[in-house]
Amino acid sequence: MSPEINLEKAFQDRIDKGEKIEPKDWMPEKYRKTHIRQISQHAHSEVVGMLPEGNWITRAPSLKRKCALLAKVQDEAGHGLYLYSAAETLGISRDEMIEQLHSGKAKYSSIFNYPTLSWADMGAIGWLVDGAAIINQVMLTRTSFGPYARAMVRICKEESFHQRQGYEIMMVLASGTPEQKEMAQDALNRFWWPSMMMFGPRDEESTNSELSMKWKIKRKSNDELRQQFVDNSVPQAEYLGLTIPDPDLKWNEERGHYDFGDIDWNEFWQVVKGDGPCNKERMEARQNAWDNGKWVRDAAMAYAEKQSKSKSIAV
Amino acid sequence: MEKNENLIHYLLMLGDNSMILGHRLSELCGHGPNLETDIALTNISLDFFGQVRSYFQYAAQLKGEDFNEDKIAFLRNERQYYNATLLEQENNDFAYVIVRQFLFDAFHKELLEQLMNSKDTTIAAIATKSIKECRYHLRFSSEWLKRLGNGTEESHQKAQLALNDLYVYCHELFAESEVERKMKESGIGADLDAIKHNYLAIIHQLIAEAQLKIPETIQRVAKGKLGFHSEKLGYILTELQYMQRAYPDMQW
Repeated sequence: MSPEINLEKAFQDRIDKGEKIEPKDWMPEKYRKTHIRQISQHAHSEVVGMLPEGNWITRAPSLKRKCALLAKVQDEAGHGLYLYSAAETLGISRDEMIEQLHSGKAKYSSIFNYPTLSWADMGAIGWLVDGAAIINQVMLTRTSFGPYARAMVRICKEESFHQRQGYEIMMVLASGTPEQKEMAQDALNRFWWPSMMMFGPRDEESTNSELSMKWKIKRKSNDELRQQFVDNSVPQAEYLGLTIPDPDLKWNEERGHYDFGDIDWNEFWQVVKGDGPCNKERMEARQNAWDNGKWVRDAAMAYAEKQSKSKSIAV
Repeated sequence: MEKNENLIHYLLMLGDNSMILGHRLSELCGHGPNLETDIALTNISLDFFGQVRSYFQYAAQLKGEDFNEDKIAFLRNERQYYNATLLEQENNDFAYVIVRQFLFDAFHKELLEQLMNSKDTTIAAIATKSIKECRYHLRFSSEWLKRLGNGTEESHQKAQLALNDLYVYCHELFAESEVERKMKESGIGADLDAIKHNYLAIIHQLIAEAQLKIPETIQRVAKGKLGFHSEKLGYILTELQYMQRAYPDMQW
């Protein structure tokens, strides 16, 4: 066997034994690239994900809700930071990753290309979008790459708090006035299918999956995770007295799971390709923040350089 | 009764400063020049809203009946908000954000240090809790002021422009209103005259460290504290009050 094959085999053995791979360990180039792609896209999703909820901070209905929402969006910025740092351990800079986001080379979760149109959307996002994200992320706490797995442990704790917070917003609305209940139902109607899409294409159409399973980036398939999300959400919607907008949804005794209707895959691909309701606005907002911040970042760098120079002169 | 009226009014002045500046900072959430600054500005905004809740919960308790913090925060008309005019100024760019913050933080620190000794034990407790936050805010804003002033030529120019535009509102912070005078006399409120000296010394020193100049025009008519605002406040309130106005008397 060539040394390369030996290394690959030893690497795979470590993963199979459940050992964590650390940044300085040998890894196949494809493993490194896959992780850079996945972790940076995850980081971008956290950062772009600040925008739809940020849209309601100035209009939050009470001081308590405003503080909770501010804290939640701030947590997302924090998640973005850990994840960019985890990706940096693989030899890419944060600036390069941001560049890739702006050029469209790197993607982010499509869910954030949907608009937030009412206060109830803050509830629906917490409940459904964070709920769907947690299903993915809990799986990732056991992924093979150490920095990613550890970032996920911390992120999952905060995400599950966000999910409870979102569900609680929905509970208050669902037991409120008819107007509030209608607002909650409308948010569920608009966010249900995009949340279902968060698990990605059907298994038979999903690329990358085999390798991801082998490296334990994924432990369950898209369809399995989606099923888990449906099974979790149905009783939660029932408890709220809200109706999931899927006429085909029904309990299947034989499978022990809920059956559900078809996702609109045309819309799914349209949003992935950049033509969702808010793709353009989200990218513009990120690009503007970056462009308008350039002189600030430059000033900080220039000042730091001057400081270190004057220190070295003093020494 | 009259004493309570004045005290409530004074609490609104304190709370409105924190709320309107907190609102301006919250507009930036998700749009900062980098993630670290985004997180820091959101943190500062959260601190301010925490202070707002303390002041308004106390005001609601004094008002009695069915008042609560949200009614006080969201259901007044424009002329019944008493924040200083400086705080409603827009986030034109990051230099405006930092200069506005710095000019207020330096004042806020002096104010809270006095209020820690207020005869009103609730105000003293709020000030004691808030001073720790405020010292951090001042460190953040003055460090950034130095970075911008001493950074690049562009950042220096932008910082100077923001300082020219915002410095002219500082005098209002010390223009003692009738309510402030009464609160001072009863040992509850701060002595603005005493603060003024320290404040000017601190900001002038930091402005000099940032290599910036004190603007030539130093005063502009500003009466926000009396409920006479710039046109900008109305738009802040339109957003701030939207839900409470559109869906009155509901729980959230």
